[in-house]
Amino acid sequence: MLAPALILVGIVALYPLGKTIQQSFTNQQFLAGIEPTKYVGLANYRKLIHDELFRDAAWVTVKFTVITVAFEFVLGLIIALVVNSSFRGRGVMRAVMLVPWAIPTVVCAQMWRWMYDDVFGVFNDALVRIHVIDHNVAWISEPKTALAAVCAVDIWKTTPFVALLLLAGLQVIPRDLYEAADVDGASQWRQFWRITFPLLRPAILVALIFRTLDALRVFDVFFVFFGSRVDTQTMAVYNQNQIVTIGDVGYGSAVSVGIFLIIAMFVVIYVSVIRVEQQ
Amino acid sequence: MSTAVEAATRAAAQPTAARRRRLRRLVRRGPFYLLLALIFVYIVFPFYWAIRSAFTPDEDLFRTPVQYFPEHPTLGNFREVLSTSDFQRALINSTIIAGTVTAIALVVGSLAGYALGRFRFRGRSVSLYLMLSMTIFPQIAILGALYTMITRFHLYNSLRALILSDLVLVIPLTVWILTTFMRALPPDLEEAAYIDGASPFQVFYKVMLPLVAPGLVTAGLLAFITTWNEFLYALSFTQTPDKHTVTVAITTFTGKSGSTFQVPWGQIMAATVIVTLPLIVLTLILQRRILAGLTAGAVKG
Repeated sequence: MLAPALILVGIVALYPLGKTIQQSFTNQQFLAGIEPTKYVGLANYRKLIHDELFRDAAWVTVKFTVITVAFEFVLGLIIALVVNSSFRGRGVMRAVMLVPWAIPTVVCAQMWRWMYDDVFGVFNDALVRIHVIDHNVAWISEPKTALAAVCAVDIWKTTPFVALLLLAGLQVIPRDLYEAADVDGASQWRQFWRITFPLLRPAILVALIFRTLDALRVFDVFFVFFGSRVDTQTMAVYNQNQIVTIGDVGYGSAVSVGIFLIIAMFVVIYVSVIRVEQQ
Repeated sequence: MSTAVEAATRAAAQPTAARRRRLRRLVRRGPFYLLLALIFVYIVFPFYWAIRSAFTPDEDLFRTPVQYFPEHPTLGNFREVLSTSDFQRALINSTIIAGTVTAIALVVGSLAGYALGRFRFRGRSVSLYLMLSMTIFPQIAILGALYTMITRFHLYNSLRALILSDLVLVIPLTVWILTTFMRALPPDLEEAAYIDGASPFQVFYKVMLPLVAPGLVTAGLLAFITTWNEFLYALSFTQTPDKHTVTVAITTFTGKSGSTFQVPWGQIMAATVIVTLPLIVLTLILQRRILAGLTAGAVKG
């Protein structure tokens, strides 16, 4: 009874990955029969290395990742510190913070797309009213603001969640440390850097790892905002386009493996940072 | 007599003193509450905007200057969306898929979690690490393989295709959560049941399962949310509107009448409110359970 469950889980977890790797060495097309599928060695990977569209997509993805993770971390930490102090309605606040995380990303994307609307959007209206801009901006279609616009959605959706992860870390820090620091006359600022920050480190690292890996595989919000517009597609959008729209399953699988390796590289970096910390 | 007067004046003075103290505290904490209010507004405003747009009739919605509060609130957008057959179909499809996936994932997850959490055997820690790495796995990395499997089994453009691919997504997560819950249980009850002559399956069914009920709620909820929100597979493996899920329907929505030049934002916002409502209710009721599950995965990893 238990062995089958484990074997099933193993198959579910490993088979698709193995299959993707195997396909990446073939010229398999969606419309099989036009051309018989055969092994092509490393041809797909050679193509991948010289694929400028993929390189652009990787660059967009990395920029998105760095911007969103940085903002989410700093804002999330501030929110966590604020919500960590006692006030009435704290439970409500924590519940509210979980809501953006729980709703579908495409729903967020649609909500924001409407707020960004270049004629009837609330952003343009509000910003014109307070004289930040003097005419309406097409935030999404304008290449200069497109990336910032899409980052803002992700930051809004996940910052409260990062704050909740950090809040969980803050709550396990023993209170008496702060009391002792108060007795010694340490300032709030000093207490933060000497007590809070070092003890929060594990929670910070976990939050950063999870967010980075999530951001690197971003698909939904970019797809809803831009479709497969070339200047603003992420690795995942490019990959989905190769496999599903173009139907080049062989090359698309090689792209998948490429994405997988890039993400694995980030994991290795994080893990070695943690190792160094621990020593 | 004089003591009574004194007491009365003291009683009268006390509230003002207390009030002054409260006022002073409020002033001192003013910036704090301001910051708190700012955070609250930041989180809630997009929801407010979706709701206000959903209740605003088109004549007011597509007019400048923008109205910050609906002057002529209407249920028209909701009525329109809910009477659209594609959207009805999408709601049913998503419910079927999320329900089936959650049920299967819980059965498989609790069995595998029992095995991984309560038994020692070779390869246990390897399987555990495999599970954990699968939960942070890029979904896109197996798109090609799933695509091939689905076309080969002639599942393309069917709900079964999405049930299959969402299971791949969700099972590692439920296994991991339920393993951590199973592992945290004390061994006494299990041993007592074995001494009474219960079989391993009876122990699982009669003893362990009731004990991990909170874990089942958490894992089930996360599985449901993940499946309900899934977009990449739903977009890639279905084609016709009658097989779409709510996430795909919301991005392709063109309104009941179809080819108007203006995107029907009022109806789209009504649709987002409808799709989001069950999730908001679930999270608000079960927020502690969700956080417990997420931190179980995060902190112990």
